[in-house]
Amino acid sequence: MKETVISTSALTKRFGDFVAVNEISFDVYKGEVFGFLGANGAGKTTAMRMLCGLSIPSSGNASIAGFDVYRQTEDIKKHIGYMSQKFSLYEDLTVLENIRFFGGIYGLSNQQLRLKAEELIEQLGLQKETKKLVGSLPLGWKQKLSFSVAVIHQPKIVFLDEPTGGVDPVTRRQFWDLIYQAADNGVTVFVTTHYMDEAEYCGRVSIMVDGKIEALDTPGNLKKQFGSDSMDDVFYKLARGAKRGE
Amino acid sequence: MKQFITFVKKEFAHVLRDKKTLFILFGMPVMQILIFGFALTNEIKNSQLVIIDNSHDVATQQIITRIEASRYFETEKTMMDAHEMESAFQEGNIKMALVFPANFNETLLHENKAQIQVIADATDPNTANMLSNYVSSIIGDYQQDLNKTMEVPYRIIPEIRMLYNPQLKGAPNFVPGVMALVLMLVCVMMTAISIVKEKETGTMEVLLVSPFKPVLVILSKAVPYLFLSLVNVISILLLSVFALDLPINGSLLLLFAESTLFIVVCLALGIFISIKTDSQQVAMLISLMGMLLPTMLFSGFMFPIENMPMPLQVISNLVPSKWYYIIVKSIMIKGLGFSAIWKETLVLVAMTLFLFGISIKNFKIRLA
Amino acid sequence: MRTIRFLLQKEFRQIFRNKTILAMIIVMPTIQLIIMPLAADYEVKNINLAVIDNDRSPYSQQLISKITSSGYFKLRGFDASFNEAFKLIESDKADLILEIPAHFERNLIRENEQKLFIAVNAINGTKANLGGAYLATIIRNFNGELRTQLIIPPKFNPIPQIEIVSSNWYNTHLNYHIFMVPGILAILVTMIGGFLAALNIVKEKEAGTIEQINVSPIKKHHFILGKLIPFWVLGNVVFTIGLLVSYIIYGIAPVGNLFVLYGFIGAFLLAVLGFGLLISTYTETQQQAMFIMFFFMMIFILMGGLFTPIESMPLWAQWIAHLNPLSYLIQVMRMIILKGSGFRDILPHLGIVMLFALVLNTWALFNYKKTSA
Repeated sequence: MKETVISTSALTKRFGDFVAVNEISFDVYKGEVFGFLGANGAGKTTAMRMLCGLSIPSSGNASIAGFDVYRQTEDIKKHIGYMSQKFSLYEDLTVLENIRFFGGIYGLSNQQLRLKAEELIEQLGLQKETKKLVGSLPLGWKQKLSFSVAVIHQPKIVFLDEPTGGVDPVTRRQFWDLIYQAADNGVTVFVTTHYMDEAEYCGRVSIMVDGKIEALDTPGNLKKQFGSDSMDDVFYKLARGAKRGE
Repeated sequence: MKQFITFVKKEFAHVLRDKKTLFILFGMPVMQILIFGFALTNEIKNSQLVIIDNSHDVATQQIITRIEASRYFETEKTMMDAHEMESAFQEGNIKMALVFPANFNETLLHENKAQIQVIADATDPNTANMLSNYVSSIIGDYQQDLNKTMEVPYRIIPEIRMLYNPQLKGAPNFVPGVMALVLMLVCVMMTAISIVKEKETGTMEVLLVSPFKPVLVILSKAVPYLFLSLVNVISILLLSVFALDLPINGSLLLLFAESTLFIVVCLALGIFISIKTDSQQVAMLISLMGMLLPTMLFSGFMFPIENMPMPLQVISNLVPSKWYYIIVKSIMIKGLGFSAIWKETLVLVAMTLFLFGISIKNFKIRLA
Repeated sequence: MRTIRFLLQKEFRQIFRNKTILAMIIVMPTIQLIIMPLAADYEVKNINLAVIDNDRSPYSQQLISKITSSGYFKLRGFDASFNEAFKLIESDKADLILEIPAHFERNLIRENEQKLFIAVNAINGTKANLGGAYLATIIRNFNGELRTQLIIPPKFNPIPQIEIVSSNWYNTHLNYHIFMVPGILAILVTMIGGFLAALNIVKEKEAGTIEQINVSPIKKHHFILGKLIPFWVLGNVVFTIGLLVSYIIYGIAPVGNLFVLYGFIGAFLLAVLGFGLLISTYTETQQQAMFIMFFFMMIFILMGGLFTPIESMPLWAQWIAHLNPLSYLIQVMRMIILKGSGFRDILPHLGIVMLFALVLNTWALFNYKKTSA
């Protein structure tokens, strides 16, 4: 029995004449690691922002954790975590201060905050850095910290927008360990990425081209469907027809 | 040189892309010249004056009529005691009170001497002073007319001519002043922020690793603002001539050349600030908070510099806008030529050289 | 409530972390408040005078020495011709020219009437006005003395004299510092509040951290309050430092009630901060926010009634001035600090400023959107 946590139908976003996201429809199930792929400019971030309640769709429907993206954006926000493409923790606050702040605004109690902070710091191996300003940390650690902060309130769904951009392979592995850990705890993970090896880690992936979803299935099935032996190749076959892009 | 032009083109693209900022950059000086040119005046008029007439006779009536006729005052006749007057001043509505004692005319005629009490709210000494002067001269005129019948011997009549600005308008003083103020702050701020912004976002590094000379990178950032500021100078001058009726009495070319020089000084100052600071916020606070009031006060268009204590007079020499204000006033209002302002020009040139010099020196230290 | 606490904790940490900015917020206004009033002296003294004495008679000598001993005028030169004297005006070395015509003394006695010519550099209206008036007064007095010298005083004076007894309340010696210090303090507090608030939200926009806030279930008014309160506190601190500086350096202690003063400042800061936040919600970059704030600051300051009186402005400009919160603060500062006005006196001002605060903050709240269209 699969519980649906994200459900969209014909979800569309227009900016003037430009159709950034063109009638996308899909479902994501609880506990799933869902890969949301697409070339640059395909409309991934725009779609994700609509799902997070940061942007109102132009047409179509979507419900996140049972809440409507038009009317219940603030309810959605209580049940999701979000890690944006651009690093967005406060660089002039320390590691601990960031954790406490974001935990605090999500309504964690003082005791929860203390426990959570300890747990996170241990998990990330940042014991020595708790008093350091976030701005002074290496990118890899920043990203891991961002992720941990995004799931600090144990959301139903966490949205990750290119979380591993610019990070070394070892750190990427560690990052995915964190993702799996969250998924094991029942958090649904919705992740965009450029790295096709990462796509292989996902339960199911969708591939977006020019604002539309052109394929959606498990990595294994997609490879069969396109007669390819790697996701890289699948992606290439789909995305080379793209008109947009850089 | 070709590279330099490429860089300048890039900077222009940046500047022209941000329509909001561009709109503000051009709109702001224009609006300000208009607002201040029309609104600011040192003249004092429509001041609230209470008249407490304890006498109600011919003489007091005549004096009151004269005062009422003056545009300096908005009068109100009332009766109040000292205590009530105190609270009227405290409410802040009245600027001055005029008290006629009882039996004013009688005393004047019989004893040949009568008193009028004038009480001014001197929290603003300037207004108090001017209003007292106005009242005295109105009363003086009345007295003279009173004595007209009697031949006053040995009369000295001062004939006063107001040069350059016979109607004592605010514009001849404030337009050059606001021009110096606006150009200075806008130029300094724009250059400082745009360079520091590249530092903040890290794009400066990219430029600095290019085979292009770092000094030229910085200079190329200043060029678009030079042009923008010149456009501003043109629009300000057009406005002052056509909207404010303030003709340019001297050479337009000279005024333009001096304005260019002044803009260059400001750009150099902006560059210097940007080299010394690392965040936009600091750069902005310095160029605004730190410079707004000093520029306003030390330019000399509000307060006479010769009234300031000696150390401040010395400091005022360091403010470029002071020199530019003198130059604009001389060319625009007085219609003088270069021979009258070569000293001021020299000061601005020296400032430019100095600022560029220490900027380059500091910049090199940073790179090393 | 708990959310606000976390927001406040964060904002205060950020403020205290950036030592450069903090130092500037505290030190810059203090220094400016110490120095600026010294520079802002309207008092017209040291008027530079050029004299052309074509008479060179005892009378003209007497007149000139009377003028120079008045303390208002500085003699810049004796010139042979008007053209020479005019050069002094052109180079700003002289503000006034007094021309005494030839045969001044002789004609005065023979013809009973004689003219003196005064030319004033009127570019700066105040100086021209007052300078001319002073000179005229001195000449009138001189004239009076001359008359008593020349005429054997009759037993009874046929000319009625009206004597004007002036008193200057609240500032007997017409001291400019008393006038300027509260006004400059008002400007400084406005600048600090306005600029910091304008930069704040837009800074989070530029850094991208606003996304992380927008995607959280945080309430809009909590967020705005979290931004407002720290700067409100900071504004009060700056204001308090300013009051201490005015007392220590200039000996100006508020005559009126301090609670009333702080009550008004509290409301005023809300208005200015609300305005800053409003600008912050409309702009994308710190640069834009700064320019817009700068534009309004110039208008606030120059049309605040400190440097030129509001009553003298044309009617449309007076309307703008009525929409300028700073003009109310400058008035109230003078009322409470210098005149000792009470709560009831400032009530109208307080009401208007509170209305500003309400409108601006509601508008800012409304315009800050966590979810974009």
